[in-house]
Amino acid sequence: MSNIPGATGVETGAAPEPIGGRKGSDTLHFARRNPKLIIGLGIVVAFLLLGIIGPFFIDHGPNQYIGPQSQKPSGEHWLGTTTFGQDIWAQFVYGVRATFLIGFFGGGVAFLLGTAIGFFAGYKGGLVDEVLNMLTNVVLVLPALVVLIIAVAYLDARGLFIQAVFIGLTTWPWAARAVRSQTLSLATREYVDLARLSGRRTWRIITTEVAPNMSSYLVMSFILLFGGAVLTAAGLDFIGLGPSDGVSLGLMLQNSVEWSALQLGMWWWFVPPGLAITTIVGAMYILNVGLDEVFNPKLREL
Amino acid sequence: MWRYIGRKGFVYVLTFVVAVTVNWMIPRFMPGDPVRSMLSRASVSNPEALERMTNYYSEIFGLDTPLHQQYLSFWAGLFRGDLGISVLLYPEPVTDVIMRAIPYTLALLVPAIILSWIVGNRFGAFAARSKMLDNSLLPVGYILTATPYMWLALLMAWSLGIVAGIFPVAGGHGYSLRPDFTWEFISSLITHWVLPFFSMFVVALGGWAIGMRNMIIYELEADYSNYLQALGAPRRLIRRYAFRNAMLPQITGLAVQLGTIITGALLTEIVFNYPGLGTLMLDALDNRDFFLLQGIFLFVILGVLIANFIVDIIYVLIDPRTRVQMTGGSS
Repeated sequence: MSNIPGATGVETGAAPEPIGGRKGSDTLHFARRNPKLIIGLGIVVAFLLLGIIGPFFIDHGPNQYIGPQSQKPSGEHWLGTTTFGQDIWAQFVYGVRATFLIGFFGGGVAFLLGTAIGFFAGYKGGLVDEVLNMLTNVVLVLPALVVLIIAVAYLDARGLFIQAVFIGLTTWPWAARAVRSQTLSLATREYVDLARLSGRRTWRIITTEVAPNMSSYLVMSFILLFGGAVLTAAGLDFIGLGPSDGVSLGLMLQNSVEWSALQLGMWWWFVPPGLAITTIVGAMYILNVGLDEVFNPKLREL
Repeated sequence: MWRYIGRKGFVYVLTFVVAVTVNWMIPRFMPGDPVRSMLSRASVSNPEALERMTNYYSEIFGLDTPLHQQYLSFWAGLFRGDLGISVLLYPEPVTDVIMRAIPYTLALLVPAIILSWIVGNRFGAFAARSKMLDNSLLPVGYILTATPYMWLALLMAWSLGIVAGIFPVAGGHGYSLRPDFTWEFISSLITHWVLPFFSMFVVALGGWAIGMRNMIIYELEADYSNYLQALGAPRRLIRRYAFRNAMLPQITGLAVQLGTIITGALLTEIVFNYPGLGTLMLDALDNRDFFLLQGIFLFVILGVLIANFIVDIIYVLIDPRTRVQMTGGSS
């Protein structure tokens, strides 16, 4: 038994190698010439670096009261200060980091759940498909943020990771649906039948035969889930259900509204966090279109 | 057709049951004690009063009866329209409080959804396959979908409300006015409605435009489009056929997007302090008014389900294929 998967693994690994290689450079060729991909990726990477490196250059905590209050942006405080004298640039940098973390973990949980359910439903078919599809439809109809509000409201201490898990638990159905429909069409292919005849376990067939053939699709779903998780988390934070004593872009928005930055005309308090969220998520969506054009030959002539 | 609607209806009923069950389960199985949490907010110092209030809340939650009985009585209360008493606005039943907020939310939501859908579809169809427009409109569309609802609301409130001073930025009508049918009150309602509506409309627009553009491109590659083109049919005619075909997935998309748009409405309301469900929800959260919170949750779910059902029926009416297929019995 253990021999067969190994043998086929070598076979599939060796035979399509040259094709895979040529296809890889082909993809790279188109990737380098796709402005959407380059611009989107550039923006995302720039913000990612800011989130990773930025906090090391700030020697005070993001919520510390350090300076004069309600200052406009200046050389000393790049994005000004809040009504309490907190440095907005410091909050911003830590917030960008938190945004990537929540996107990564929240999107990740949703991705794992969604793809697992999608693969299983699409591959197994029949009653399993029927039940899982029903479940997907039920969760799909429930508005994620509203369910989250109810669930998170009862938690006394909230951390970033708990938030991420909850976001993952409520936002997966869309991905499950997409993966299921792709799997449905792949599951009837000959090479999948062959793998099934060779007696491999369902899980191995899915991971070695089905998933690699839709890898570009999976990458794109992850990016969309990432963006969705960021937006959902921002909404939760804005209602005041964010991390208990953390920093995030959504919390900055909430604080600015709560302490009436709007009426005081302190635009530097609420413009940067929203702008960062919009730019990061928008860049991801555009990156996604770029990827689509690179992977999908039909769209290339455009 | 009836089979199809019946099937859909079953999913919705199931969803409602799941939602009610989740609503019932969360306060009981989450870590933490909702009763104590509510009381700590009320900050009662008198021990006798505390004791009485604890008993009162435990009784309302029915915490002293067995679980299955709690569940059944929860449903019974629901069918009687009894969602408990609001803590925030003490002697008022939750249902009344919510009913007062619903017209405001609907007045924002319904026009925002319908208009953004229509305008977005037009834009998307217009942009598809014309290189200049496509390259400029597409990024704009993606950036709009990536915009958090509350942020655009903030920007609008700040620029058009505070700086330019054209529209009021808080409340559903002037604070000095009493609701009645005078012109003054109605005009105040409208001016307060414009900004929240517009910010929601703009955010929702992007998604529809993108969806339509992608669908049109797909349809223009279909055989029938190529055939028409080969026959020398005018471009406008081909596009009209493509548009009509691309409408159908967009209607399905409407059902899928409803949840997102509704949450967007809740967030937008909070920014503008608009007296709808969103602001009510924030107040309920701030005051730990869990009955009100659960009531809002149920009403939102119910709204989403009803809207979904309407969309399904429209879909059946518009697409003749579903009628034929579904009566054929092969779903």
